[in-house]
Amino acid sequence: MDLSGISPVLLLASLIVASTPILLAALGELVVERSGVLNLGVEGMMITGAITGFATAVATGSPALGFLGAAVGGAALSVLFAVLVLWLKSNQVATGLALTLFGLGLASMVGQAYNGIRAPEMGDIAIPLLSDIPVLGPILFRHDWVVYLGVALVAGVWWFLNRSRAGLTLRAVGENHDAAHALGYHVLRLRFLAILFGGACAGLGGAYLSLVRVPQWTEGITAGAGWIALAIVVFASWRPLRLLLGAWLFGGISVLQLNLQAARVPIPVEVLSMAPYLVTILVLVLISSGRGRAALAAPGSLGQPFHASR
Amino acid sequence: MSDVLLAIRGLTKAYPGVVANSDVSFDIRPASVHALLGENGAGKSTLVKTIYGLVRPDAGSMTLAGRPYTPAEPRAARAAGVAMVFQHFSLFDALSVAENIALGMENPPPLRDLSSRIAQVSREYGLPLDPRRTVGDLSAGERQRVEIIRCLLQAPRLLIMDEPTSVLTPQEVDILFGTLRQLREEGTAILYISHKLEEIRALCEEATILRGGKVVATCDPRATSARQMAEMMVGGTLKTPARATIAGGEVVLEVQGLSAASPRQHGMALRDVTFSVSRGEVLGIGGVAGNGQDELLLALSGEMRTAPGMVRLGSDPIGRCSPSERRARGLLCAPEERMGHAAAPDMTLTENAFLTGRVRERLARGGFVDWTGARSFAERVIRGFDVRTPGPGAAARSLSGGNLQKFVIGREILQRPEVLVVNQPTWGVDAAAAASIRQALLDLASQGAAVVVVSQDLDELMEISDRFAALNEGRLSPARPARGLTVEEIGLMLGGAHGMEVAHAH
Repeated sequence: MDLSGISPVLLLASLIVASTPILLAALGELVVERSGVLNLGVEGMMITGAITGFATAVATGSPALGFLGAAVGGAALSVLFAVLVLWLKSNQVATGLALTLFGLGLASMVGQAYNGIRAPEMGDIAIPLLSDIPVLGPILFRHDWVVYLGVALVAGVWWFLNRSRAGLTLRAVGENHDAAHALGYHVLRLRFLAILFGGACAGLGGAYLSLVRVPQWTEGITAGAGWIALAIVVFASWRPLRLLLGAWLFGGISVLQLNLQAARVPIPVEVLSMAPYLVTILVLVLISSGRGRAALAAPGSLGQPFHASR
Repeated sequence: MSDVLLAIRGLTKAYPGVVANSDVSFDIRPASVHALLGENGAGKSTLVKTIYGLVRPDAGSMTLAGRPYTPAEPRAARAAGVAMVFQHFSLFDALSVAENIALGMENPPPLRDLSSRIAQVSREYGLPLDPRRTVGDLSAGERQRVEIIRCLLQAPRLLIMDEPTSVLTPQEVDILFGTLRQLREEGTAILYISHKLEEIRALCEEATILRGGKVVATCDPRATSARQMAEMMVGGTLKTPARATIAGGEVVLEVQGLSAASPRQHGMALRDVTFSVSRGEVLGIGGVAGNGQDELLLALSGEMRTAPGMVRLGSDPIGRCSPSERRARGLLCAPEERMGHAAAPDMTLTENAFLTGRVRERLARGGFVDWTGARSFAERVIRGFDVRTPGPGAAARSLSGGNLQKFVIGREILQRPEVLVVNQPTWGVDAAAAASIRQALLDLASQGAAVVVVSQDLDELMEISDRFAALNEGRLSPARPARGLTVEEIGLMLGGAHGMEVAHAH
């Protein structure tokens, strides 16, 4: 065992990178759930984004266009979910699970042709001056643009939900859709837009895995990241800033377990790689039991179908 | 016609299988309070939804201040000066008062300016309200003030109020009436829907009565008795419940120092609730919704367990018993929410009869359902309580509110309970069905059972209870003989007007 090989600065810097995919996916899901819809298909939309993004980047040679393709791919899959759930009133939980299975299968089929190809490289952007700060500079300000985009989106979603009129309407629709309808708001239209945003964000998160983290296409590349994203939304009790902390925490655990494996800590590898998922389960149990639940403040209409006639 | 604000001519709206409004015509004058009366299902809701732009009529026209008025959505209605206070509040629990009000406005000012305008309007109309509080923590009366202020900020020409007083204490009703009279002086027209005929006689100048979707009568409520109006609504004569009293029965249900946290979000904890009921007695428990009624029902039915000695049946502590054990011992409950709590909406009446009748009617043998027995039990309920339905094979969802309620109450009564606890037995039920349910409860008591009626309808409680107690913030007042209680005394037992301290602070 040799823990001296773990550099705290590098660990924290890679933590931020590792947390970016789940941060993006969770942020999209947060907006979806605040509008009152529970989309369990995050994993499926992520992996669809991973392959569409990868394919676009390979075809065009541009990682930026790849991310765009990923957002479109994730959003396209979410349209399927939206139509089923919003207009055909199917059960949200079952449809979300089906979406995950469908997305995994679809991505694996499309991905056949892309095995073993490397993605076009994407450089880091060191922010002038800030990146020269000792310790903090390398941790926070020497990353690729998607990392910055993720953090900016957190701030943007926070501002949208808490400061904008449309965000207030979105929260109202998620809190009590019957009351929102009675006041004349378009519940289904708003939810449709929220689901699209969620799909696009999940797609971006998936593409970050296939274009930056790995960076190549492998089957099952998301490996449960979508489920962790879902857990973080609950962990953050539907608040964007806590979501950032949650993503860093889970990103941190997965990076730490890799480092501990490399440092030959005498714990079986399997237990270490289980760690993030175990913590996810633990957090979900703690948070949804008894008193914790009341403090959670889940959106009032979360998961309920909306019938305009009533 | 300058003295008519809203003229309604020949409005007709049909839904599959039912005509909700048929050729409805009447006028609402400015600076007046116009009452709209009718049984449940008479078409009042459809009519006001049409005026507010939530429902589009199949035929007919409306004229607002001399100009054609066809609101396509509530937004258009609000822009034309029509505002509405909903029966089931259209509020968002997790949001603040100011946010809730902003959601009901077309162009809300920034939240800070809005807060000061809310404070200003709430002072002007004597409706105390703190814009920063979360709506989920407010009492029913305060929630209604949020709705009213939301409407007032738009300076409406016509204000629609759908059953505004059903959740208020008498003192809060006085505050509301003061506000409405002030609005009338200022020239606002008010369309007022209520079941409470005495209130309508005190407040309104004109009344339009609907029955079966048609206008059947108009009258001046100030010159018409409540009984006459009720009979116009029902289209027949009303019977007043009668009973034979038995005095001095033994105590069967005793609740001692019952304290429990609410299992629900935004629920109310029970604090040291103590009461007892004797054979042959009806105990009425009044109170504004959300003051612990649901929690009390859960603790009595066994859905929420408590310390064993807190609830006693006869002399046995049953605080830890399951609902089925309590049923076996003779404590039966009929909860408030008919669809989903008292009855499973998509199951047939036979199945629903089985669900609560299993223990006492022995409808399950060796793990198998006795369908013949369950069906005949359901048929007995249907016959005995005049439930209008094609038969026991009908789904609970297909019954109207009143009929399903008769079924739910009848199902418990036929199981010969020692103690029957009912919550809101006649909520949303028309007058004829309500009278027969009340009569059935009184008959049950005179056969020697103890009956606990939890209700927000004070008139109902005064009509059937022997003793009356009030739930307020999870505490139960000592029970007092119901005969001779005045409205003021009851109001004070209910906690007076909630939040009035704020008013005096200004």
